[in-house]
Amino acid sequence: MTTAVPPFETFYETHRAEVLRFLGRRVGRQQAEDAFQETFLRALRAYPRLEHGEYLRAWVLTIASRIVLDDVRKRRPQGELPELPVEDELAAFEQLAPLTDGLPPNQRAAVVLRYGYDLGYDEIGDALGSTEAAARQAASAGVRRLRKEQQ
Amino acid sequence: MTKTFSPALDERFRAAAAAEGLLDVAYDILPDTPIGALLVGVSNHGLCRLSFDPEPERELEELARLFGSRVLRASRPLDRVRLELDEYFAGRRHHFDVETDVRTQPAYNRRVLAELSRVEYGHTTTYGALAAQTGNPRAARAVGTVMNRNPVPIVLPCHRVVGANGSLTGYGGGLDRKEHLLRLDGAILSAVAKPAVSRPIWVVLRREAGGKAAGLFG
Repeated sequence: MTTAVPPFETFYETHRAEVLRFLGRRVGRQQAEDAFQETFLRALRAYPRLEHGEYLRAWVLTIASRIVLDDVRKRRPQGELPELPVEDELAAFEQLAPLTDGLPPNQRAAVVLRYGYDLGYDEIGDALGSTEAAARQAASAGVRRLRKEQQ
Repeated sequence: MTKTFSPALDERFRAAAAAEGLLDVAYDILPDTPIGALLVGVSNHGLCRLSFDPEPERELEELARLFGSRVLRASRPLDRVRLELDEYFAGRRHHFDVETDVRTQPAYNRRVLAELSRVEYGHTTTYGALAAQTGNPRAARAVGTVMNRNPVPIVLPCHRVVGANGSLTGYGGGLDRKEHLLRLDGAILSAVAKPAVSRPIWVVLRREAGGKAAGLFG
């Protein structure tokens, strides 16, 4: 049985304080407020396509991380980095979901955030409520297991 | 957690979410109306929820199930309903102009609610009369059930539906509220002492001919 998607109000109330702290650590307080609004607006746009209510904390922190990254890219001088297409918030997860279906939740989340969203282990640690080392361990255990399953 | 969170930032997000049209239901709680706290919900199609003594958690689950998961407290989309309710409670409004959204109701309920919406301020009707108007004179009990499940009481005035003998019968928000609303409407002219015997007969008066031609209704 999977968890149902909660009403957005419940999701927002549950995660807003943590998202703001997470953004504050990365971009400073002033910018964090704009990034905060953008994070939850993006989450709201993608919300109807969520199929279950699991990993919502990791999901919203992932969106927040992407906004920070987009922001950094925008700030660099033109031409230094290629313009990346705007990606759908759910696409990476959707592609990896069927492959990682058999993994334990923690390993699965770590693999998806690392290889689907290209997050650093420190960010994954934050997103999963554990440490950088634990995130690294979970991701590599997940990958080992996937390799074994494919053989 | 809630206490330390910046109210300005919070309100800014809620306003932006509503302004971008991203919500399935915007709701808010009016904490102190003359009949207590009310939860009011508005969808893209109109007023979709009005509940007495709201328990937000249960309400939100229900709204999300019926209208979609993007249910968020946001005050701006409710401005018009709030104003009309204020005017109604102050006795300055006899007819609501806000659209209602009863899409999620079964067809029969929608038919009965449409008929109910024509019962005017200061007037009452009976369960039996509404049943007859919607095709089955013997369906008074079914009409009672529809009234009990009315998603937008007050605005769709189920308080104006009484028993054939004039008794108030029942109300989803409790009989005290029904009486209060009927008194506000002017459909009950004066307090009638509750009889000591077991058949409470409320004198419900029709407000015809300027309220003078008062008579037992039923």
